[in-house]
Amino acid sequence: MRFGVIVFPGSNCDHDAYHVVKHILNCSVNFIWHKETNLDFYDCLIIPGGFSYGDYLRAGAIAKFSPIMKSVVEFANKGGLVFGICNGFQVLVESELLPGALITNNKVKFLSREVTLKVSSNSSPFTKELNIGDLLKMPIAHKQGNYQISDIGLKQLQDNNQIAFTYHQKEGGSPNGSVGDIAGIFNEKKNVLGMMPHPERAAEDILASQDGLKIFQSLLSVA
Amino acid sequence: MKANVYINYKDGILDPQGATVNHALTSMGYEGFDEIRIGKLIEIKFGNISKQKAEELTDKACRKMLANPNTESYRFDILED
Repeated sequence: MRFGVIVFPGSNCDHDAYHVVKHILNCSVNFIWHKETNLDFYDCLIIPGGFSYGDYLRAGAIAKFSPIMKSVVEFANKGGLVFGICNGFQVLVESELLPGALITNNKVKFLSREVTLKVSSNSSPFTKELNIGDLLKMPIAHKQGNYQISDIGLKQLQDNNQIAFTYHQKEGGSPNGSVGDIAGIFNEKKNVLGMMPHPERAAEDILASQDGLKIFQSLLSVA
Repeated sequence: MKANVYINYKDGILDPQGATVNHALTSMGYEGFDEIRIGKLIEIKFGNISKQKAEELTDKACRKMLANPNTESYRFDILED
């Protein structure tokens, strides 16, 4: 399994993702600058967290027009695995690889804390090693993580089993106002995952949780 | 030639900033606000092009990049110098 971590001006979780893939999973990984367009070498692309283009206009709105994104859309349409974390999720919804939108948190605050996620679907390469109902602890760090989608869109997500993770009801559900407590979703084919929480920051012994590693390990079992 | 583009959340999408400002103004004693919504004003200046061309360009920019059709609506005025 060959991973690529896409780097935009303003990405800042790129090294965290690289570290997990390279040093924890012991897999092949390269940084890919956003001006590149050839993605033939890769099996899985990670779009990392951060503030691509300073979050100007809307988070992810400018990154959508980086040269690499046209290739990312083609890569995803051919079935390649694309994993967007935090700002990466925002880029994926702006690029329409995932439905809906991510707007400012309902309390207008930057939220930086640990949350508990509930696994809603394990019928994807990202979650196949997990069980539905499993609880995963990992941090969130965002101001635009309030997931919004129309009622019809929400029904489609539910009917197609596209909701990957929800914020756990026992902690009061969504901390940011997301509809349906949604923390992460797949595209229809389930080869694209976007999530606001940071699994790459919860993937080794020295950190508060290793639950995030299970998502990366699921990916390995695909290869 | 200039364009003023106004972008706001669509009706039905909660605007947390507007709600917070409304709450703050009300707690300062200013009463009578029903709803406050905060949007964006984008000012565009054009070179030497026709009004029709300016309208086309602005509309395209809004649809392609300036507004997110899932959550935002836009309108614009074209102003001649």
